[in-house]
Amino acid sequence: MSDWIRPRHLPEALEILATAPGPYRVISGGTDLMVECHLAPERRPESWLDISGLRELQGLQITEEGIRIGAATSLEAIRRHAEVVAHWPMLAASAAVTGAPPIQNRATLGGNVCNASPAADNAPTLLAYGARLEIVHHHGSRWLPYGDFHLGYRKTALQPGELLSALWIPYPPKHSRGYFRKVGTRAAQAIAKVSIAALIEVNSDGIIQSAHFGMASVAATPCALPSVSQYLLGRALCDIADMQVRQKVKQDIAPIQDIRSTTAYRLEIASRLVLEAIHKRSESKKEN
Amino acid sequence: MSTTMRINGKAFQSSSAPNARLLDVLRNECDLKGTKEGCGEGECGACAVLVNGRLVNSCLVPLGQMERAEITTVEGLPEDSALAQAFVQCGATQCGICTPGMMLAATALLAEYANPTLEEIRWGLSGNLCRCTGYGRIYAAIAQVAGGFADV
Amino acid sequence: MSLTLVKQRTDQQTASPRRVDGVAKIRGTALYVDDLPCADVLHGATVRTTAAGGTLQEVVFDPAIDWSEFVVVTARDIPGMNAVKLLENDQVVLVDRAFRHAGEAVVLLAHADPEKLGMALKGVSLVELPNTAPIFDIDAALAAQQEIIPGNIYTDYLLDRGDVAEGEHLADVVIEERFLTPSQEQLYIEPQGMLAHLQKDGSILVEGSMQCPYYVLDALVQCMGMDKDHLRVVQSTTGGAFGGKEDYPSVIACHAALLALKAGGRSVKLVYERGEDLRVTPKRHPSRTLISLGANKAGELQFIDMDFAIDGGAYRTLSPVVLSRGVIHAPGPYKCPHIRVRGRAVATNHPPFGAFRGFGAPQSIFAMEVAMDRLARKLAMDPAELRRINLLRTGDVNPTGDVVGADCFAHATLDVALEHTHYYQRLAEYRAWNAAGHQTRKGIGLATFAHGAGFTGNGELHLASRVSLQALANGHVEILCSNTEMGQGAATTLVQIAADALGLPMDRVHLAQADTSRVPNSGPTVASRTCMVVGELIQKAAGQLLQRLRETAELAAPHDAQSFAAACARLCAVAGDTLVTAQYQPPTDMRWDEQAFLGRAYASYAWAAYIAEVEVDVLTLETRVLDFTAVQEIGDAVHPVIVQGQIEGGVAQGIGYALYEDVLWNERGVMANDRLTNYIIPTSADLGFMHVVLLEGGLGAGPKGAKGVGELPMDGPAPAIVNAIQQALDIDICQIPVKPEMLLELTMSRGN
Ligand SMILES: Cc1cc2nc3c(=O)[nH]c(=O)nc-3n(C[C@H](O)[C@H](O)[C@H](O)COP(=O)(O)OP(=O)(O)OC[C@H]3O[C@@H](n4cnc5c(N)ncnc54)[C@H](O)[C@@H]3O)c2cc1C
Ligand code: FES
Ligand code: FES
Repeated sequence: MSDWIRPRHLPEALEILATAPGPYRVISGGTDLMVECHLAPERRPESWLDISGLRELQGLQITEEGIRIGAATSLEAIRRHAEVVAHWPMLAASAAVTGAPPIQNRATLGGNVCNASPAADNAPTLLAYGARLEIVHHHGSRWLPYGDFHLGYRKTALQPGELLSALWIPYPPKHSRGYFRKVGTRAAQAIAKVSIAALIEVNSDGIIQSAHFGMASVAATPCALPSVSQYLLGRALCDIADMQVRQKVKQDIAPIQDIRSTTAYRLEIASRLVLEAIHKRSESKKEN
Repeated sequence: MSTTMRINGKAFQSSSAPNARLLDVLRNECDLKGTKEGCGEGECGACAVLVNGRLVNSCLVPLGQMERAEITTVEGLPEDSALAQAFVQCGATQCGICTPGMMLAATALLAEYANPTLEEIRWGLSGNLCRCTGYGRIYAAIAQVAGGFADV
Repeated sequence: MSLTLVKQRTDQQTASPRRVDGVAKIRGTALYVDDLPCADVLHGATVRTTAAGGTLQEVVFDPAIDWSEFVVVTARDIPGMNAVKLLENDQVVLVDRAFRHAGEAVVLLAHADPEKLGMALKGVSLVELPNTAPIFDIDAALAAQQEIIPGNIYTDYLLDRGDVAEGEHLADVVIEERFLTPSQEQLYIEPQGMLAHLQKDGSILVEGSMQCPYYVLDALVQCMGMDKDHLRVVQSTTGGAFGGKEDYPSVIACHAALLALKAGGRSVKLVYERGEDLRVTPKRHPSRTLISLGANKAGELQFIDMDFAIDGGAYRTLSPVVLSRGVIHAPGPYKCPHIRVRGRAVATNHPPFGAFRGFGAPQSIFAMEVAMDRLARKLAMDPAELRRINLLRTGDVNPTGDVVGADCFAHATLDVALEHTHYYQRLAEYRAWNAAGHQTRKGIGLATFAHGAGFTGNGELHLASRVSLQALANGHVEILCSNTEMGQGAATTLVQIAADALGLPMDRVHLAQADTSRVPNSGPTVASRTCMVVGELIQKAAGQLLQRLRETAELAAPHDAQSFAAACARLCAVAGDTLVTAQYQPPTDMRWDEQAFLGRAYASYAWAAYIAEVEVDVLTLETRVLDFTAVQEIGDAVHPVIVQGQIEGGVAQGIGYALYEDVLWNERGVMANDRLTNYIIPTSADLGFMHVVLLEGGLGAGPKGAKGVGELPMDGPAPAIVNAIQQALDIDICQIPVKPEMLLELTMSRGN
C-alpha cells in the first residue's frame, strides 16, 4: 500500500519533506505525474505528498508590486482571473493554450514550472514578465528569480525538502507591450514546437527601455534571450537590424530535432517570432 | 485508508489505494462502465467526468485527491435531457466510445455558457477527441440545446 | 447529366429516424469489450520481438519469477496451424523461429493481477539474431539487395489500356511528378481487444471489438484446430474501426483463445493499451507514385502513366486487395484513351499495413488529383475547367474500359460544388488578398473523384453472402447477418431498410447481435458494401418473408403492423418456417477481368467534388482549413444524418491525413510517435463546420438506388487541401502531411 499524505497546512508539509526528503514525491494537479506513472508503472513513487490541500499554495492575490499566485492554483483559475486578464494578458493567454479544458481544470502553474519541461507553455510568459519564485523549506523561505530556476534539462534549483509555494509577478512597466505566441502541433492539446513571450518597453522617442523574452521548446530548458535583450536595450526601434537580431537569437537558443519539429524550423520561426515581437508588439495573440 | 466521496449523488467509500486512478475506481469498484479508457494519458477525454462540476480526465486523477468530492459520471446525467435527445437526433454519436466524455464536456460547457458561440463550443470540446464524427454533428447538437449558436 | 434529375438534400435531420444504438451510447450503457461483465478474469499480455526481423534463438524466463502463477503460451501450445488465416498463410500466430518485423508476438502471458503481469512481461527476454539490413523504404525494397520475399513484391498489377506511347505523341503538354503519402493510423478511440472463454463443453467463445466476425471465426478454426461448431465469435459494441479492425482482431482472438485454452476455465481478457495498439496493429499503406500526364492544347487528357507502389510491410495480409483498389482508382473519373497504371505492393520490415477507409484509393487519387492541378497550371488553365473538360459523361469509356451508363454524376457534383462555394468569386478574392501582403495567404483547391462501392469485380460473387430474416410470433422481425455496427450506422440503416421493405415501423425490426452461432455469413463489414450489398439482400429477404406470410399465413395486402403480427402468429402456430434467407446473386452485366483490370470493376461508383479553402500563416507556415465543401452523389441517402456523419467524419480524417497525421518510425521500424500526444489527429479546435451537399441520382446498386458512402470521403480532402495550399503559396507540394516544417523548406528554397 502506498503512502499518501495530504496535509492541510504548509508547515506540516515542509516538516514531512524535511524529515523524509528522499522518498516523498510531491503531487499537485497530477497532470504530469499521473501520465508518468501510467507510462512507467515500475517507477511509480511509493510515498506521495499531496499539496493540493494546502491553503497557502492556493489562489491569486494582488499586491502593491504585482500579483502573487499560489503554486497550486489551477491554470483555469489563472486564465479567468480578471486582474490577470487586465494586467498580465500574456499569462492569461499562455494558461489558456496549455492543453485543453480538462487539463487546465487540474493543472497548476507551480506544476508546469516544477515539471521543468523545455516546452512548458507558461514558462516563456513568466520569464518575460520577470517572475520571482517563493521557495519554502521548513527552515524558512527564499526568493529566486525565475530566470535562475532551470539549471539544465529537467533540472531545477529546487533543493531536497523545498517546495515552490508561490510565483510573484510584477506589474509590467507602463509603456511596455507584450507579445505571446504558441506554435504547436495543432490548435489545442498541443505541445509547443516553439513558443515565445516578449515584453518590450519603448519610450516616446522610440528608444527601447527594456526587452525581456521567454521562449520554450528551443533549448534544453525554457530560456530567456539575453543577447537579444542586450542588443535591443537603448536602441531606437528604427535602428534595429533584423540580421543582427537573427544572429543574436541564434546565440541564445539551441533547438533540437525531435518527434515534433526540426531544428531548422525552430530556429527560423524563433527568429521570425522575435522580430515580430519587436516590430509588432501586438497584444498577446491566441493561437487558433 | 479509505476515501469518501459522492458519486452521482450517492455517498461512496472506496478502499482502493490513494494513488489509484479515479477511472479504475469508477469502472472496477463502482461498476460504472460508462467512463471509458481511450489512452490513459489525459489526451482523449473518453474518461472525462465532472469533479465538483468541472470537467477532468479521470485517468489523471488520483483517488487520494477525491475526499469529499462530488463526482458526476455519464450514468449520473439526466436520462432524457434536451442534451441527450439532441445528441441522438443530430447524429452526435457514432461508435459512441467518446460519447460519455462528450456528454460531460457538453454539460460543463452549457453550465458555463447557456448560449455558447461556435468558438466556445469548439474550445470547450477540445480536450475530447472524436475520430468518427469530425465534430460537426456534436456542435449541432449543443447548438440545438442552446437554441442556436450565439455567433452563427 | 442535367441537374434536374438529381435530388439535392438539405433536410438531413427531419428525414432521419433515430439511431437504434443512440440511447445506449449516450447513457453509457453500451458494453464495449473492456466493459463486458466477467467474473474472475485473467488479463493477457504479449511478449514481442524487438528486432526488425531475424531469428529467435531462445526465450529466457527470469528465474526470480514464479511462472507457475502465470498462464504461459508459446508457439508450441498452438493446437492447429501456426498461421493467421488471411489471403496467404505467411504470418505466424506466435513466432517460433523466423520473424520479419519488430513487434511480432512470441509469448503470451495471463494473470489475474495486471501489475504482476506488467512485471512478468519484463521478466521474459528474447535472444534474437537480428536481420542486419532491414528495409523500410519502398524503392529500397524494389532495388532488392536483401530479399524478404522473392523480389520483395507481393503483387504486381498492370492496368494497360490503349497505348501510352501513342498518347505521349499526341500530347502537347506533359507533366511528371513523384508523390509520397505516409502511413496513417486509424485511431479508433477504443483500443483493440478480445475476451475469450473456454466453455464447459470444450468449445471456445471469443467476444470483442471487430468488423468481421467470420474472418475471426475462420482464423480460430485454423489456429485452434477445432471445427466451427466448437467455436463461437461474438462482436461486442465496437468503438470505431475504419478498417483497423478488419484483419488484426483475428490475431488477438487467436491469442486470447490460446490463453483461455490453458487457463483452466478462467476467461482471458486481452485488451491493448493505447501504445501497444499503435505499435502493432496495421495502418494505412505508405505509397510512392511516379506519374506522368499529357494533354493536348485544349486540355484533353491524352495519356495517364503511373507507377504506383505501396509498402505492404512484412506480411502479405490484405495488400493485394488494397493495391487493386488503388490501381483501379488511380486514373480518376476521367476520360482518357491511353492509360497505364503499374501497381506493386512491396515487402518491407515494417509491421504489415492493412485496411483503412479508402483502401488504397486515397493514395493513388492523391497523386492523380494533385497532378491534375500541375497540368492545369502548365496549360495555364483553371483547374476546375481542366476537370470539366475531362470528367466522364454517360457514354464515355472509363479507365477500366467500361462504358459509363446513366449513373454518372461527375459533372453534376463539380457544378454544384463550384456554385455552392462561389468558387470563381472566392478565387478572385483570395488572389486579391494574397497580393495585398497580409499575414496570411489563402487558397481554394479542388478534387474530383469517384469511389467504387462493394468488393472489386467478382469479389461479391466469391463471398456469396447470405442474410436471414426471422419473423417472431409477436410480429417483430429479426435481421440475422454478420455485418457489424462500428459507429458507421449500419445497425440503424439495415433496420430501416428492412422496416421499409416489410412495411413495418422501425421499432418492430431488430438487428441480431453479430454472433457466428446465430447469424449467417453475410460477408465482412468492409469496402462500403454493407448498406448497398447487404441492404439489397435484406430487401430481397423481406420480399420472401412477405410472400411466405401471404401464401401460408393469409397476410393481406396491404398490411399494417397489427395484421402483420397476426399473420406471424398464425405462421408460428402452424409451425411454419419463420426464417427466410436471401443469397447474393451477381448482376448479369458485371464483367470484370481480374488479370487485365478491364471491365466493370464495381457495381456502382459514387461521385464527388470536394473543395477546400485554406489559410496559411506567412510567419509560421501553419495551415488552417477555412472552409470545406463536400458534394457527393450517393444514389440515395437512406439515413441522411448518418450519411452526413460518415462524410464529415471521413473528411475530418482526410484533413488529418493532409495536414497533421504522420506515422514516424524508429530505427527498428516501430512507430515512434506511439502516444496520442505525438500522433496528431485534429481536435474540435482544429475543425469547424463542413458543408455537405448530397445528390441522389437513385441509380446505385443498393436499396432505392443507394450506394456505399463509408470510404469515399477519405479520398478527396488531401488533394483538395494540397491544391489549395499550392495555390495560396505558389509552390509545388509532392507529399503529405503538409506540415509547417515542409512548407518552410519549400518557401525558403524558393528564396521567399
Ligand atoms: C493531455 C495533456 C496535455 C498537456 N498539455 C500541455 C500544454 O499544452 N502545455 C504545457 O505546458 N503542459 C501541458 N501538459 C502538462 C501539464 O498539464 C502541465 O505541465 C501542468 O501545469 C502540470 O501541473 P500539475 O499540477 O498537474 O503537475 P503535477 O503532475 O502534479 O506535478 C508535476 C511535477 O512538478 C512537481 N511539483 C508540482 N508542484 C510543485 C510544487 N509546488 N513544488 C515543488 N514541486 C512541485 C511534481 O513533483 C512533479 O514532478 C499537458 C498534460 C497533459 C496530460
Ligand atoms: S483515457 Fe483519460 S484521457 Fe484518454
Ligand atoms: S463517436 Fe466514435 S469516437 Fe466519437
